[in-house]
Amino acid sequence: MELLVASAIGALTAAGVYLVLRQRTFPVILGVSLLSYAVNVFLFATGRLVVNRPPILSDDAAGYTDPLPQALVLTAIVISFGMTAVVVMIALGAYLSGDDDHVDTRPGADT
Amino acid sequence: MSHWVVMPIVVPALLAALMVLTMRHHPALQRTFSVGGIIAVLFIAIGLNVSAGTGAIHVYELGDWPAPFGIVLVVDRLSALMVLLTTLLALAVALYVIGTGWDRRGRHFHALLQFQIMGIIGAFLTGDAFNLFVFFEVLLIASYGLIIHSGGTARLRAGVQYVVYNLLGSTLFLFALGTLYAVTGTLNMADLAERIAALPAEETALVRVGATLLLLVFAVKAAILPLHFWLPGSYANAPAPVAALFAIMTKVGAYAIIRIYSLVFPPSLVATQGLFDIWLMPAALLTLTVGMIGVLGSVRLERLVAFAVVGSMGTLLVAVATLTEQATAAALYYIVHSTFASAALFLILDLTVERRPEGGRIAVAPPIAQNGLIAGLFFAAAIALAGMPPLSGFLGKLLVLDAARAAERTWLIWTVILATSLLAIVGFARAGSTLYWKSAAVMPAAGAAVADPPPAVRPAALPFVSVGGIMTLLVAATVFAGPLTDYFAAIAAQIYTPANYIEAVLGARAS
Repeated sequence: MELLVASAIGALTAAGVYLVLRQRTFPVILGVSLLSYAVNVFLFATGRLVVNRPPILSDDAAGYTDPLPQALVLTAIVISFGMTAVVVMIALGAYLSGDDDHVDTRPGADT
Repeated sequence: MSHWVVMPIVVPALLAALMVLTMRHHPALQRTFSVGGIIAVLFIAIGLNVSAGTGAIHVYELGDWPAPFGIVLVVDRLSALMVLLTTLLALAVALYVIGTGWDRRGRHFHALLQFQIMGIIGAFLTGDAFNLFVFFEVLLIASYGLIIHSGGTARLRAGVQYVVYNLLGSTLFLFALGTLYAVTGTLNMADLAERIAALPAEETALVRVGATLLLLVFAVKAAILPLHFWLPGSYANAPAPVAALFAIMTKVGAYAIIRIYSLVFPPSLVATQGLFDIWLMPAALLTLTVGMIGVLGSVRLERLVAFAVVGSMGTLLVAVATLTEQATAAALYYIVHSTFASAALFLILDLTVERRPEGGRIAVAPPIAQNGLIAGLFFAAAIALAGMPPLSGFLGKLLVLDAARAAERTWLIWTVILATSLLAIVGFARAGSTLYWKSAAVMPAAGAAVADPPPAVRPAALPFVSVGGIMTLLVAATVFAGPLTDYFAAIAAQIYTPANYIEAVLGARAS
């Protein structure tokens, strides 16, 4: 299970980094989303992978899973979701007003 | 327990929500509440400074959860100073945008400003690493709104780059925090410090990875080479008063480095040896060099000032990377100085650019309205930022140079700082003389062509009050340099005895 989760995080990160290095905003945003999925799974795994155990301490449970990473992931998911929405809106605004969706500033532009 | 500690976060948060919900169509009310709120936070910040100045460390447990389980806010001398710095800068920026009408060029400026203040102050006050991430996101999401305030294609495009770059930085931050949590099982900074110090040597590999990743994250925030690419483009295209406010944002990165690498990964920690002298110091020197070369090579005033910010971060990071008490005291003085100096330059830039039909292009053109006054302000601010006597930049650089004697390769640090100062002087002199001085030469021709010059419009006084206020603070930082450096030495002494901080946060448990 550890190998499966680790390679999933690796594959997501690799794909995310590749897409972030693209020139147009749409793949870049997809890449950022993939990276945030990768980090969410990674954060989830930081409490160690445990199956079928309660996330709270109780005397009759044989073991338990760490509840804190789940709370951290929830926060991270909410934040990355909001941030993705913001970047989509700004990128759309830039595309519609500039008629060009390249991430970098093109040569000859006046800035 | 005093609730004053949390007030600098609560007041702007409530005000911002109130502004969006009830005052969206009342700009005058927004202005009143915005300035009123900042002044209220300013008084609280002064109170916190007086209280923390005695050396006491105040801990505020959010929701009254005890320390390693709940989130804590901590006020010591360093965070109190940074909060005060933030509110002073925010007040100047708020007055400036009201005076120039920048806040009417788009919607929700003051609400975003309040959220920005809340995020920055929160980042300075928090004693929890994950909470630091959350406050980083708060200040970033407000800055995304501010940086594209009033729109325009160039601004939106720069905004996309800025947002994507910072999203990647946030992802990296989460990876770093996850790594540290996986090793230690805590994210409370004081608790982290205790547990990392207690780790056996053979288990510290992941700690080193986490520490390096964190340093990269803060390097993105502080715009250290080679992670500085976002800064010149974003700051040059942002509305200038917003860029002036962002002068404190790069300092958030510097503050986080000072805080985390004195408390959680103290200089004595074996696992993180070499991070500062092998990696951060050369990066800081390169940042300084590239920044000042950028000052020399810019064709637009906006980019010139943005590169000057990069350069001043380089000087600051040289002091931070030296990692001695004396160097950290010098770094604090330089933080105060460079925040005000770069903010003043951005505001003066805006005064200039708004009056010129050519915008910020550095080329000879007929003189602008109030040419003499603005030129004088530019002269003073440029002297301060370039580090020439008699203003605080000179003293700041002197302190950094003096502290660098403790570092390895002092000769290299001295050479780079002194040579880049020369570059900065030449760059600023070229820009200033082209913009303000040579304009007098074209005046007769322009006067002859235009038979009847437009009637002089009485300029708004508020922008000049704001810029003058910042310049006064710079002069005050110079005049009272003696008491200030004594106080900063006390701050540095407090930073380098993290045991007090840990004991204040974890209380009886630590004993």
